Amino acid sequence: MPCVTWDHCIENTLSLQENLVPRVAKKAVSEETARQMYSRMVRIRRFEETAKGLLGRGELYGGFHTSVGQEASIVGACVALEPTDYMVGTHRSHGHPIGKGADLGPLLAELLGRAGGVNQGYGGSMHMSDFSVGSLGETSIVGSGFPVATGAALGSQLQGDKRVSLCFFGEGAANEGTFHESLNLAAVWDLPVIYLCENNGYGELTAAHRVMKVPDVAKRAAAYGIPGVVVDGQDVLAVYEAVRQAVRRARSGKGPTLVETKTYRFDNHGVGLPVEHYRTAEEIEMWMTERDPLDKGRQVLSAFSLSDEDFKAIEADVERELDVALEFARGSPAPLPEDAFKYVYTDPIEIDR
Amino acid sequence: MPTITYLEGVIAAQREEMERDPSVFLMGEDVTWNIQGTTKGLVEQFGPERVRDTPISEAGFLGAGAGAAMVGMRPVVEILMAPFLYVAFDQLVSIIAKSTYLYGGQASLPLTIRLPLFYGGGNAAQHSDRPWSTVMTIPGLKIAIPSTATDAKGLLKSAIRSNDPVLVFEDANCWSSRGEVPDDDDFLIPLGQANVLRTGADVTIVAIASTVKMAQDAAKQLAEDGIQAEVIDPRTINPLDKDTILDSVRKTGRLVAVDPAHRMGSFASELSAIVAQECFWDLQAPVERVTTPHTHIPFAREMERPLYPNVDKIVAAVRRTMG
Repeated sequence: MPCVTWDHCIENTLSLQENLVPRVAKKAVSEETARQMYSRMVRIRRFEETAKGLLGRGELYGGFHTSVGQEASIVGACVALEPTDYMVGTHRSHGHPIGKGADLGPLLAELLGRAGGVNQGYGGSMHMSDFSVGSLGETSIVGSGFPVATGAALGSQLQGDKRVSLCFFGEGAANEGTFHESLNLAAVWDLPVIYLCENNGYGELTAAHRVMKVPDVAKRAAAYGIPGVVVDGQDVLAVYEAVRQAVRRARSGKGPTLVETKTYRFDNHGVGLPVEHYRTAEEIEMWMTERDPLDKGRQVLSAFSLSDEDFKAIEADVERELDVALEFARGSPAPLPEDAFKYVYTDPIEIDR
Repeated sequence: MPTITYLEGVIAAQREEMERDPSVFLMGEDVTWNIQGTTKGLVEQFGPERVRDTPISEAGFLGAGAGAAMVGMRPVVEILMAPFLYVAFDQLVSIIAKSTYLYGGQASLPLTIRLPLFYGGGNAAQHSDRPWSTVMTIPGLKIAIPSTATDAKGLLKSAIRSNDPVLVFEDANCWSSRGEVPDDDDFLIPLGQANVLRTGADVTIVAIASTVKMAQDAAKQLAEDGIQAEVIDPRTINPLDKDTILDSVRKTGRLVAVDPAHRMGSFASELSAIVAQECFWDLQAPVERVTTPHTHIPFAREMERPLYPNVDKIVAAVRRTMG
């Protein structure tokens, strides 16, 4: 049945989900992991809110896309990986490294364009990539990350190192040619890669159902002979379980999986864009009040011995971490104009100026 | 020293580097049984894990080469025919050229892109391009254009050992040429070192790809009339061995830049600008370019053949500089 509204897609998904993803077993998640899940989601939320504050005060410039609302999708997927596993992301790049465990200071410094930034000021908001936690780059051309994640998985397969690659992409990217080429390549070579669709319902300003005939990106997995699953992207445990199964499959040499998380971005496509004509205030309000991943997180994670006090303590820790990060970022020097000539090559050659 | 063909040099470079370094592997369309012979015998020696046939998905497998390079492999990706690179252009420009820079030096891409190219053989507009001019405009890519068997082997080996992405354009018009190539696993031609093929005091001819041989033939013809041409093949256009070329032009006072690519924005045009800017007061005549005019490549040979540089055009250009 064609999907006519975004809500309709979601209802479909939620009703299907019980069959597609078994509920996570309590023993599969330690208290420490549960704590980490909540902590990383709060980190993303508060990082974005802090950064938006800086943007509002004119301390930041450039394009700015936040991950607010998509925290569970990011963190559930990242926590299912080992620290040494690889990850490739998108223009909406703030949340992914945080989900994978990056320090907040260099990320904030990057937003400020400082030499102490995670990319030393070369990348900015759309490319925040911490290779020390397995990032291979957040890449801002829609669809450009698929081949990279696929190739990293090929490298892992050839090296026999048992690492997997996680490829974040938005549902809009599923209409790029690289989606098809990469999923096919990974399928025929049984590459250890997980394609993680953050389906927030809108490719920039265009509703997904207006540009895609099937309601679920995951259905396209059938075309490549690989599993495709749909999960509630606001439920960190559901995402974790789906990705954990995909990781197990990948590590055992059985090949790629496509996991689609139904999620929502609470901010506009880019912060500061003037009008949200493409979605209703009621829809946004409903997601923010009824499907906030942090609210849902507290609900599902309370099953793992975490109390309200624990959640509050985690939130307080994150506030302290952000204070330190902000101090680091503001104290970091600006790069020098001549630094624009560094890193064009690994083995440098002379560049005329 | 054994005498081998250009194509044998290409194969030997890949074989030696794969023997030497287990992180080197090869992928592309039909590389296990390559219709052109550029990978002959490699799958038999190294197996299908390291010599991989890909789907016809240039963006997919070129970008996969980038991803594999980022995690410590040294992929050699063959683009079956150079113009097929256009299909993968976003991966080339946005990922391969920019990742080292964009991520502040966190990524290295030791990736070799081999680009056989065919022109002058009735393949018409889509299959006959010489796309180095286009990629030359992109920072972050190194570009080698071997014109001899020696260079084919030595430059490709340097490309594979490079820690940066290197595009190696393999001009099919040169494939059957023969040359003496040292039978040494560590025989390398460094990127950025021009080859002075003939010395002369009257005019500098800088030529690339198939036009190198034409420039040498033109120089012989000119010598009969007492004009001594210096012939230089830069071998790599990025990095470019400017010193060798500029020293020569300062000596001769004349430059003929020869390039089989379209004139607009060509290597010949860039070189002309460099020489005009840096050697203006040494020049005794305007710089001449011998290139392909800014039209498409037609199928019919009566239209195609006259478009490219040839010996007569180079001789005529030299004579114009001599007044």
